[in-house]
Amino acid sequence: MNGWAALDRFLHTDPRDVGCAEAMDMLHVYADLVAAGVPAEEPYPGVAAHLRACGPCGQDYEGLLAAIAGEAS
Amino acid sequence: MLLRAARREAARRGPRVQITGPELEDLACQAAGDALLAITQKAGQFRGESRFTTWAYRFVIFEVSAKIGRHFWRHPTRSLDAESWDRPPARFGFDPAQESEWRDLLAALRRAVDTELTPRQREVFVAVALNDVPPDALAIKLGSNRNAIYKMMLAARRKLRAALAANGYLHDEESRRS
Repeated sequence: MNGWAALDRFLHTDPRDVGCAEAMDMLHVYADLVAAGVPAEEPYPGVAAHLRACGPCGQDYEGLLAAIAGEAS
Repeated sequence: MLLRAARREAARRGPRVQITGPELEDLACQAAGDALLAITQKAGQFRGESRFTTWAYRFVIFEVSAKIGRHFWRHPTRSLDAESWDRPPARFGFDPAQESEWRDLLAALRRAVDTELTPRQREVFVAVALNDVPPDALAIKLGSNRNAIYKMMLAARRKLRAALAANGYLHDEESRRS
């Protein structure tokens, strides 16, 4: 990917994106579905769009999945 | 259980933000303690939409995240407002050998930042996109919160994309879909 493509991707926004507050409110529900192998993006497309776009919320999501996985191990 | 989760999360994130050893352990202990307090206070709000442990772990993750954001300003490695337009932001992955390309891009982006954004949007965009300040750390510095910073960035990105597309630097949304 060249610089223009990277800038284009960085500036692109997804209209389904629900924002940090709503995504974090639903994070435990979303993570539980994913951990159970359920396609959570279908019932929660706005949360999925946000977690793809927001670095800090994406980090929290990864952390929560790791906590769930750690509990099981 | 909470402390174990806090230690794991702190260990996962710590090295990236250069927190290690006793400082990392202290951060994990504080996060677990604050998470326990939050869980105790909010237990009545649990609606059974997920497993209780997942709901509880969420508070641990949030506490570790917030404490790492606060830690940034103890040893800041990046400036809040110094504008580094003379070098390409790492996030765009420029090849240093393609200097003419990134100089052209940065000049167009800078013009759009100067002309399209409000002073607050500009401040947030420069800190996050150009100077790589973590959004959580920026929120603390500005007395704001992650959601407000994200929405500010969202509005800035939309404006900049529209301006760059209008000037022929990027394809607009219609041509992207066609």
